[in-house]
Amino acid sequence: MSSPLLHADALSVSIGGHVICRDLEWTVDAGETWAILGRNGAGKSTLLNTVAGLHRQDRGTLHVGGHALPEAATGRRARALARVRGYLAQHQLDPFASTAMETALVGRHPHLGRWDWESLADRDIAAAALVEVDLADCAERDVQTLSGGERQRLAVAQLLAQQPALFLLDEPLTHLDLSHQVAVMELFARRARAGAAVVAVLHDPGFAVRYCSKVLLLFGDGEWLAGPADTVITTTNLTRLYGHPLREIGVDGDRWFVPA
Amino acid sequence: MPSRRRALLVIVALCGLALASLLVALAAGSMPVTPGDVLLALAGGEGLAAEVIQGLRLPRAIAAFACGGLLALAGALMQVLLRNPLADPYVLGISGGAAVGALSAMLAGLALALVNLFAFAGAFAAMLLVFGLAHGDSSWTRTRLLLTGVIVASGCGAVVALIMSIAPETHLRGMLFWLMGDASHASNPWPALAVLVAGVAASMPFARELNLLSRGDTLAQTLGVSVQRVRLGVYFLAATFTAVAVTTAGSIGFIGLVVPHLVRLGMLKLGWGNDQRLLLPASALSGGSLLVLADTLARTIVAPLQLPVGALTAILGVPLFLFLLGRQRGSGQ
Repeated sequence: MSSPLLHADALSVSIGGHVICRDLEWTVDAGETWAILGRNGAGKSTLLNTVAGLHRQDRGTLHVGGHALPEAATGRRARALARVRGYLAQHQLDPFASTAMETALVGRHPHLGRWDWESLADRDIAAAALVEVDLADCAERDVQTLSGGERQRLAVAQLLAQQPALFLLDEPLTHLDLSHQVAVMELFARRARAGAAVVAVLHDPGFAVRYCSKVLLLFGDGEWLAGPADTVITTTNLTRLYGHPLREIGVDGDRWFVPA
Repeated sequence: MPSRRRALLVIVALCGLALASLLVALAAGSMPVTPGDVLLALAGGEGLAAEVIQGLRLPRAIAAFACGGLLALAGALMQVLLRNPLADPYVLGISGGAAVGALSAMLAGLALALVNLFAFAGAFAAMLLVFGLAHGDSSWTRTRLLLTGVIVASGCGAVVALIMSIAPETHLRGMLFWLMGDASHASNPWPALAVLVAGVAASMPFARELNLLSRGDTLAQTLGVSVQRVRLGVYFLAATFTAVAVTTAGSIGFIGLVVPHLVRLGMLKLGWGNDQRLLLPASALSGGSLLVLADTLARTIVAPLQLPVGALTAILGVPLFLFLLGRQRGSGQ
């Protein structure tokens, strides 16, 4: 039995005086897919940032792939951490022109030495990632000419090229049309079946039930609830989570939730 | 991005361009010298031509090359640091500090060596001031850095205006030339060249990390770059390059802004993006060559009169920059 990819013990996180979670006990093992749900401002992204090493916790211990955070997020150890966990940001920035291929290749950085240039093998990995997100035709396009959805899929390709064991996704479905939402969720589900772990901030409980084995609810006041998606995602819990009554609809065995 | 071999080829070609521009600078002037005699003079020949080349044209050409290279390199680094394609080496007030130092020394009637010393001290003071103010609460955001730099620069501009308004007429011409940028008083350009070579060598190991930094701090950090440390290094490198360039030849405009853009444009035409591993050395070489040619033009175009090369680079740079800006809008930004 390998050690968990993510382990939080008595973790307390806050931002700007707002408590996000208090004494969180959380373990993510290889092969698991987690959804983080909560209303706007509940701190889903901040918790994900903490796990990514971008935000310091107030108290408690946090281990990602065996590295203790926040210490492992800076200096030389940051590269070792980057080979273990990958992070998909909510927004992508492109101040300078660059091709989609080059942007995907950026994901190879933690695997390259200081004097290395991207090898043919690296290019193959990036090209395969572009194929996976349906952008093979755009490899030589300037990123500044891509649409919002295409740019988001390119960010996913960059993350795939990084080949981490733990994928941290902050709203991975932003800007995506329905078919690509499904394609991206299935792509990460495949990665989980192949032995990776996925933690995704999502807004649709239906997607969480369909693609995630586990779920972490953040209630916005420091309270949290973690467990199997099947048992944790209930209309009672979701109504409390979103502060709005929800109704469950069953379609061919899938459970979907709509505002009442 | 280019393969390593292609990048090397481009660098070699640009080295050739740099040597050619230096040769032109050494041969051209009120006393034309054939390329053969230039090489003879460089090899330690004697005679009037050799004296002109060894004593006047070579130091001046080397100074122009070093300053152009340093400014272009500093500009490329500043554009990454501020993640803003419009940043140039002067945006953080370093040239303003140097101008206050140099003009104060001129006002006091100090010797040239002291003017240079004061210019460097002023640049260094501005660099520390901006850093100290921007770093005050250790947040170090780009906006804060940029705002602090702009404020310090405008403060320096006010002091410069004050100095010039109280300066005696006889000093004004020298001050104006210094402000516009002028390579003619560079007597010992070799330290600047050494800084340029060391600067390119020091930036290259971090070039790929700079690529990541130019795509955002969060991305860079999650891919394993020590963002704070690299940004600190880039700031002090770029500031030092600017200070050395400004001390050597005054505030020469537009090289630092336009050359990285020209190189980027060329790389895009070849289907390569914004790769600092090629952009940094290519900017240094192109910036150097360009300033050598501009300086040659400045001292020959209305000879025996000499124009300040900074004014010439700006006159050439403004339309070029507007053209680039127009193209950017055309590509749908």
